[in-house]
Parts: sequence; C-alpha cells; structure tokens
Amino acid sequence: MPGLTYTAPTSVDAAVKLLAGSSGLAKVLSGGTDLLVQMRSGRMKPELIVDTKKIPGIMDIREENGGLIVGAATPGAVVEANAAMNKAWPGVVEALDLIGSTQVQGRCSLAGNLCNASPAADSVPALYAAAATAVIVGSKGRREIPVEQVPTGPGRTSLAKDEFILEFKFPPRPAHSGDAYLRFIPRTEMDIAVVGCGISVTLDDKGVCTAARCSLGAVAPTVLLVQAMADALVGHTLDDATLAKLDAAAQAACKPINDKRGTIEYRTKVAGVLARRAAKIAFDRASGKTVKAH
Amino acid sequence: MAKSYVSTTINGESAEYLCEPQQTLLDVLRDVVGLTGSKEGCASGDCGACSVLLDGTLVCSCLVLGVEAEGKSILTVEGVAQGDKLHPVQQKFLEHAALQCGFCTPGLIVASKALLDSNPNPTETEIRYWLAGNLCRCTGYDKIVRAVQDAGAVMRGETV
Amino acid sequence: MNYIDSNLKVVGTRPIRPDGVDKVTGRAIYAADTRASGMLWGKILRSPHAHARIVSIDTSKAEKLAGVRAVVTSADFPNIASEEAFVGEGPMNFRDLSANIMARGKALYEGHAVAAVAATTQAIAEDALALIDVKYEVLPHVIDVDEAMADNAPVLHDDMFTSGVTPKPAKASNIAKVVTFKKGDVEAGFKTAEVIVEGTYTTKPVHQAYIEPHACLATYGSDGQITIHSSSQGHFMVRAYTAKLLGMDIANIRCTPAEIGGGFGGKTLVYLEPVAVALSRKTGKSVKMQMTREEVFRGSGPTSGASMDVKIGAKKDGTIVAVNQILKFQAGAFAGSPIGPGCMCGLALYDIEHINVVGYDVVSNRPKVAAYRAPGAPITSFAIESALDELADKLGMDPLTLREKNAARNGSKTHYGVTHSNIGFEQVLAAVKTHPHWKTPVKTGQARGLACGFWFNIGGESSANVHINEDGSVSAATGSPDVGGSRASMGMMVAEVLGISVDKVRTTVADTASIGFTFLTGGSRVTFATGMAVTQAAEKVVDELKKRAAMIWEIQADAVEWRDGKAFPAGSNAGAFEPLDLAAIALKAGRTGGPINAEVSVNAQGAGAGFGAHICDVSVDKETGAVTIERYTAIQDVGKAIHPSYVEGQIQGGAVQGIGWALNEEYIYNDKGQMENPGFLDYRCPVASDIPMIEAVLVEVPNPRHPFGARGVGEVPIVPPMAAIGNAIRRATGVSMPHLPMSPPTILAALSAAGK
Repeated sequence: MPGLTYTAPTSVDAAVKLLAGSSGLAKVLSGGTDLLVQMRSGRMKPELIVDTKKIPGIMDIREENGGLIVGAATPGAVVEANAAMNKAWPGVVEALDLIGSTQVQGRCSLAGNLCNASPAADSVPALYAAAATAVIVGSKGRREIPVEQVPTGPGRTSLAKDEFILEFKFPPRPAHSGDAYLRFIPRTEMDIAVVGCGISVTLDDKGVCTAARCSLGAVAPTVLLVQAMADALVGHTLDDATLAKLDAAAQAACKPINDKRGTIEYRTKVAGVLARRAAKIAFDRASGKTVKAH
Repeated sequence: MAKSYVSTTINGESAEYLCEPQQTLLDVLRDVVGLTGSKEGCASGDCGACSVLLDGTLVCSCLVLGVEAEGKSILTVEGVAQGDKLHPVQQKFLEHAALQCGFCTPGLIVASKALLDSNPNPTETEIRYWLAGNLCRCTGYDKIVRAVQDAGAVMRGETV
Repeated sequence: MNYIDSNLKVVGTRPIRPDGVDKVTGRAIYAADTRASGMLWGKILRSPHAHARIVSIDTSKAEKLAGVRAVVTSADFPNIASEEAFVGEGPMNFRDLSANIMARGKALYEGHAVAAVAATTQAIAEDALALIDVKYEVLPHVIDVDEAMADNAPVLHDDMFTSGVTPKPAKASNIAKVVTFKKGDVEAGFKTAEVIVEGTYTTKPVHQAYIEPHACLATYGSDGQITIHSSSQGHFMVRAYTAKLLGMDIANIRCTPAEIGGGFGGKTLVYLEPVAVALSRKTGKSVKMQMTREEVFRGSGPTSGASMDVKIGAKKDGTIVAVNQILKFQAGAFAGSPIGPGCMCGLALYDIEHINVVGYDVVSNRPKVAAYRAPGAPITSFAIESALDELADKLGMDPLTLREKNAARNGSKTHYGVTHSNIGFEQVLAAVKTHPHWKTPVKTGQARGLACGFWFNIGGESSANVHINEDGSVSAATGSPDVGGSRASMGMMVAEVLGISVDKVRTTVADTASIGFTFLTGGSRVTFATGMAVTQAAEKVVDELKKRAAMIWEIQADAVEWRDGKAFPAGSNAGAFEPLDLAAIALKAGRTGGPINAEVSVNAQGAGAGFGAHICDVSVDKETGAVTIERYTAIQDVGKAIHPSYVEGQIQGGAVQGIGWALNEEYIYNDKGQMENPGFLDYRCPVASDIPMIEAVLVEVPNPRHPFGARGVGEVPIVPPMAAIGNAIRRATGVSMPHLPMSPPTILAALSAAGK
C-alpha cells in the first residue's frame, strides 16, 4: 500500500475536505473491523484513511424529539449498554450484538456495517425494519435518507466520494411496538449470517398489527425490505394463518445464491422459519413481554 | 512512506513509537515495540490470539491501526500480572491446566480479565459467549471455562 | 523398574507445568517471536491454479525491486530421486516432499509453492511476489476422490502406476496403491449372517487448524553451519528433511524447537524450513518466514476426505460374523494418505471371524495430506460405528450391548495380524454402562448416540537426560517438543524416581545438538517412549547417587538405599550415617567422581493400544437443521494418567475437534478447484459457545510395558465423536447421516429427502 495516509480530523468540515481532496481511493474508518481485513487481504488498497472517530458526537447516543440518535461510529458495545436503545429497539441492539466477537463489539459500528454493504450484515435488516434514517454529510451539505437507500449492491453505496454518515435517527416509538432480529449461522457465534430477518411491528390494544416493517438479509444482493411480509402481518393477530402467510411471503421474496455459506433451497426455507420466529418475538415485545432473542 | 509518531501508554507506562499508517496495532506491538506476547493466528479478527485492551475495551489488535492508539492506553498480556504476582486469571489457568500449546492463551487471559472486570460473576453461558472470539484448538474449552469461573470466585473474595 | 503397584507420590497428581508461567504471561517464545540480527523476511508465491504446467518463471523484475535480496524456485533445490522416508509420521517420499515445498514442473494444487522471495521487509517481499512472472498452462483438475478414480479423470502424475495390484497396470492413474486385509472367509461368513446392514459413507478433508501458523527462522553461515528455529512436532524431523531436501549433512544443521502453537499431526513435516535455508544460503542473511492463515489452509496438509462402503453381517443374537469394507482416501497431490491405519483401525475394536478390507490411496488436486490425530481412524470409525448403530436398531439391541458382545479382548486376533494384549476395551465399555450419563434417561426433545474408537499408539526412539546440578536441584531434558504439557509429565516421572518434589526438577526440550535422536511428537508416543527414557535416566542417576553416597560413607554401594530423595544406609549392618540428600551428595560430587548425570536413549516397544467410548446427547432444530450438543462424556483407557489434568485435556480437546469435524468443518472448492473458505471465518472450528462441558472419564488399565503403566492418550479421543454425534442425530430425526459434515444444510436436505 504505497502512499497510504491516515488522518483523524476533529470536525465534519475537515473530514469532508479530506475526502473531497483525495485523488485516489479514500476510505472512512470507524471501527475498522471490515476495512482492516480487506486491506490486509489486498482486496482494498486505499490511499487515504479518514478516521471519523474524533468528530464530536459521532460516538454518542442521544434523545431528540422523542426519537433516538446514534452516532455513526458508536461501537456495538456502547449501543448495547444504552438503556434507551434497549428499551425502544431491542431488535436493533441484538442485531448489532450479533456482529462478530466481543472483541469486534468493541469496535464495530452501524455505519460501518451499513456502508460495507454486505447483504449479510447483521445490523442492517434491523435498521431497515426500524425505519431508521441516515444523516449524511458531504461537500454539498447535509442530507437525510432512509437507511435502505444507502446500499445499492454488494460493496456499493449511494454515498458520494466526499460523503459519510454522521448519525442514525430512530423515529419515536408508538405504544405497543416491538422489534426483533434473528439470523441463522452454522455455529453459535463468529459466523456471517446465512439468512437474517428483522421485523418491527406496532399493535393495537387487541394485539392486531397496525404497522409492520420486515426485512431479510443474505437472500439477495442487498438486504431486502419486504412489503409483502409486512402486508401479511398488518390487520392480523399472530395466529397460525398469519404466520403461514408471513413464511410464504418471506420465501417468495428470496433471490439467494448458492455459496460457501448456504444453498438456495436452504436459505429460502430458513428465511420463512426465521420470519415466523422473529415475528413472535416482535409481537411479544409489542405486547409488553420481555423476550430474549438469543 | 512517512511514518507517524504515536504517543501512547502501554501496560501502564508511557510509550512512543513510529509506525506506518497501514501497520496494525498487532504489527506495532510485535515488530516495533517488541512485545511478542500478543499472537497472530489469523490477522482477520477471527481467532482472538491478539486480544488487547484499548482504553479498557477488549479488541483484536489486528483490527486496530497502530496510529489509532495515539493518546490511548493499551494493556497487553505482558501487563496483566502485577510484577511477579500473577493475576487470578493467570493463576487459575495454570492450576486448571487451561492451556496446552499456550498459543491462544495470551488472548484468552486478556479477554477473560476483561470479562471479569465487567461481570464479576458470569454464568457458564456468559463466559462461553464472551470468549467465542478466542479460538482454542487444544483444550475443548472445558478447563478454560472452569478457570475463568474459579478466577471470578477469587476476585470476588470467595476462594483463594 | 516398574512402579505400577508402587505407592506413588508425584505421578497422578496435578502440579503446575514448568513452562506455565511463561505461557500465561506472554513470555514464551514461539517461532514467529524469534528475531536475528539483520534478518530478512521470506515469502512464498503460490499457484492460483489447481493443476497447471509451469511453462516458465521469470524472476528478474522481482529481483530488481529495491529491498529484494533473493528469489528461489525449484531450480535452487536438488532434484532428488524417489525414496521412502521414515522420519515423519505416516508415509512420505523425499522426492514428493521436495516437490511439495517447491513445485517442480507442475503445480498440483491451488496454494502449491512455486517460488520464494527474501527481502528486507515483509511488505517488500509481498510486493516482490507480484513481480514474479509465472507462465502457466492450466490443466483440467480433479478434487473429489471418486472422480479422481474415474477412468477419464485428469491424471496428476504420469508415472503413477497403482501398486498392490497384479498385474501392474499399464496405464498411469491417480490411484497410488491398493491395500487389502483379509481374515477368514468373508463370503462364507455372510452366508451365515441373519441380519445385514450396508451403507456408503463420505467424509471431507479437515484441517488440523492449530492456531499458530507455521513459522521459522533459519541462518546459513558462510562456514556451511545452519541453525533453524521453528515450530514443529519434531526438530530432529526438521533437521533430517532439511538436510535431505537440500543435500546437506545432518551434522551441519542445528534445530532448536521453539514453543509450538498446536500441531495435531500437521507439523510432522516441513513446508518452510528448507526454503528459508535456501534463501539464507543465497543471501548470507538469516531469513524468517511465517505463513498467513490463508497460506496455512491453502498450502498445508489437512487429513484425507474419504468415500467408504461398509457391509456388516450378524447373527440375531448380535454376533457379528462378517464385514466387508472398502475405503477410498484422498491423499492430496502426492501419494500417502493414512489408508493403512484407515483399513486397520475401524475393525480393530471387535473380534470378528470374517473380514475383508480394501483400501485405495488416491491423489487429487488438493494440498498433500498431513497426519491429523489418529490418522485414518476417525474416518473409518465414522463408517463402522455408524453402521453398527444401524445394525443395533435392526437387531432390536441396545448399541452398548452390541459392542459388549463383539468387543476385542486380550487374545483377540485382528484382521491385520496383531493379537491384542493388555487392552482395556471391556473396562471402557463397563465404565459406559455404569456412568450416570448412560444411565440417565434421555431428555425429551433430545437423543443419545454412542460410538467407540481405537488407536494403536506408538513407541519408538527417544532420548532424555537428567542432571543433578551443583546445588542438588535437577535438570531434565528430552528431545520431544512439548505440544500439550509433556514437560510436566516428564518432570513428574523424574521426581517420582528421585523421590523429590516436582518443583525441584526443571524440564526442558533440548535442541538437536544437545540430546540424542528423538522421533517426533506424534502417535501419542511421548509420555510412553520419552517417558520411558527419562525414567531410565533418572534411575541411572539414582544408581549413581547411591554410589556417591557409598563413597562418602566409605561403604559398599549395595549397602545404600534410596528413598524420599535421600540416601540411607540399607540397614544397621551398613553403618550408622545421617541420610544424604541431593544437595549433600552434589556438594561432594567433585570429590566422588565428578558431575552426576545420565542420558538414556531407547527404542520403546509395547506402546499399548488405546480404546475409548463417547456418549453424546443432541437436540436437532428440525426447521433449520441446527444441532446442539447438549451433553458429552468421553471415556477412555489411559493406562495410567501421569498428570490427570493434561490427560483430561487431551480427551476434551480431541472430542471437540471431532465435534467440529462432525458438524461444520470442510474445505469448500469452487469450480476452478480453488478453496473458498481459507480462514477461520468460514472454516468453522468449534468456538466456546458451541460446546458444553466435556466430561472426561479416565479408565486406568495399566500398560505393563511402561514403568508407570502409561499408554498414549492424545489420539483416541478424536475417533468416536463423528459417529457418536451422527448416531444421536439419526435417533433424533429418524434419518441416517452418512455424510460429513452434518452441517445444517446437509441435515435439512436429508430430512427433506426423507419427507420429514
């Protein structure tokens, strides 16, 4: 890697200027748990690394207008220790917690997981289900987009060269809401998801679903937000018929590949299984039960 | 290429080094600073043999750039014992024969210490999940888990 | 002397190992931790192709890169003739080993070394690799063993004509040899069978996956003297192979064993050392080499994968009357799979009248296999022990009873000619029967599997010395690299013989110039064979100590008795003297004949075979195919546990490696024959949260050929797990599991195929 430069700017403006001024490949470093592996293997040869962790606020969690804002580079372990996030978005917290080992938890971030743009990223289906938005900063200023508009393909994002994510906004949580994320891996830890499923629901007083967002990971080139799964839930309690429809909708949405982590048949079938299981947890949480997913 | 000057604290003592921007903290510790206790088993964050504490947080030093340690405090396996007094985790690893080849041991010592610092009385399941990022191919983990449980009891003052 | 029935004070206790503090404080020096003044870094260029003719190698651009000091290819190594080698574990041919460490003419697998560079930094060495221009003519490749045996398969070696068949084939093939073992008349046997089970089983190659990648530091002096520090299971093996592959005298090479970060059989041959020496010779500088994890997977040896057919016939009362077994083992790119042990081990556990076993050693375009813990035995036992479980079901018989009924006993003659003696299989099965795990009813939603395993264990050549230091403290050294605590057990045997506490004995592993020849650490031989040597050395020292005491007292040596670390007059007739301890005798050593020490070399025989039985409870998520190991018990005859904690550790570690082999570990290849999972992320070794506590139960049937009754323990425990788990899954799901790994997609597909 000849000529690699590392910088750690202390302001958004400085970071954006550095990114904009780079002539070669410039990479934003948050936790580095993907970037350093890619650099070591030679798959990624940046000329400039912009470490964003010294930018004020980018490692913090705060409440604003009833919602929560999580700094883009906040390590997983910090999010997991945050009471407000655990209360409002246990599915997101659990999803982030599933990324890698304890060691990786000390570094990995939502922004890194999203911008690495792997279809198997654990936190991303949960972010999609949560209707989180990404606040993006760049030379042209600041913009806010739904998280599902960030990844555009494996390893590709909609961010311009001089842009990076500053923070994520999680909307205020209505009463009777719950979310969940489940993934399947061959071992109990340390694997990349073979299939992942995020579900967020809001129920009425009688347990009927009034709003739902559902997502699937590792079954298509990007994480999928699946409207048909949400449609299977909205207007229903979680009875067997609803679960069967959800399972079918999940399987129908899958466009997976055969690879070293799973087959098309396996991924498709397990997507349905995880959808049912995640929905149960999300509904239980929306009904006020405390449920541990893992 | 230009080297960066990094001022940091390693095992309680201030330390300075020059490193290249792509060098990982593991490379720096082993090749620049000369602390070879942290091991390279994979260089991709999958084995945990290079585990260190960075400002008290357990990380794989192969997934941290050397330059990122500027102004931070690093604890490696070499800094876990107090002089010639072994940390309870180290002592219990010895008593329980929780090591065979010993190559994963430095990472496991650091990771186990970090666990007991944050959770003084972990369940077996909590120990196993906390240590899931530390591969050991020799022991089958049984004696490691028992050593950590026993070290926890010592640190809580329940046994010696 | 034999101490089996003695009142032992040290052997059988659990002291802290002598190298322990170094290993928990980060002080222990492994090969990659070594440095030399002015050293260079060596890196290897590896073939991206599974099978290709090397048309040309142009190293000129790489050599011109600033910082590059040398490039070597196969042209820098002597082209040696075919010759069987007996310095490692398992069959090896020097010519093949030479071609394995540096491809000659053809690259035979993806990851095969084709050139190497020495440069001033690792980064420069890596950059230089990219500047080496290798022109390849890509050839068709073959990965799978059954495909490699097919008539139209691409042939790896045009001079490979199957041995072991008559007449000698006229056409070259990938079948290196066929081996046959017969006992009785198998056809007649099957005619008397009332129940027959048949099955086809497959296993995948699995890697030893030691956490420490291969590494070494080599220096070639201008006087032709060579020093090597490396991580291996045998520094004498490193010395012999390096000398042979470079055409040097053994006496000019001194190998120092660094601490070894796991081997499991995978460090019983060389990959880097001869290359590092060649680079050092060319540059005049020390050269350090260390593999990346990816190189370990792509370039070093897994054990064989296999395809096997089994047919077992039995009487209705459970007596097994006949077995037919065909085994086809992948050897990797060069001949030498563990097909021999594969043919022997699976059926060595049972006393069966009629047996016919045929084994094939088959090459294909994958890394050359290396030994892995009981080489061959886990593979064959997966087939036999799975088929036995099906037989038990068909007979309506408890799987333990079936094994008890057919178990090999002392005097049972095996199909490979050896008659068992001093074995403890019956005692192991009795321990299963009375163990709480076996007696506890299976929990709802779970199922239980049982399987057994056998390994020969070996003895062989070992050297050890014991020195009484000037102050009476004791130093002991052996030639056996310590892969799992053997310094502790060696020191304990010395302490027991000398009658002193173990902390008075400091045990080390000596380099090749400092101790007599010692065969490598493998075959579960160190506690047995090196233990025998060190015990005998300690006994010689005791004899000498008695002699010295006699001189001090001016009495006859046979009037001196040694006990509790002191010399006593043997009785009142001998005279009245205050006992002399080691310090007192050492103090006067100069006046009684000089330093007190002894070195003993042995060729130990009578290792004593090992038997084990594993009980495993599993639950299966039938919607995802995920298997959870709920409870696991491993019972094994260990002869005598010198240090029980490390014996248990061997059993627990072996069992967990077997669990990985059973459930998730495999090499995944793409259609170009390239490995797709060369890292710990997707080569899925068990992690701590995958595993329950592993209860190790030590059955002690002493081995009379060892002074303390020890027999090897390290290999047996990897033999039973695959079948134990497979049998449990079969009982949980009602579907047979003949293919490893039993990964979630495999299980779900099997359930789906069975309509479940």
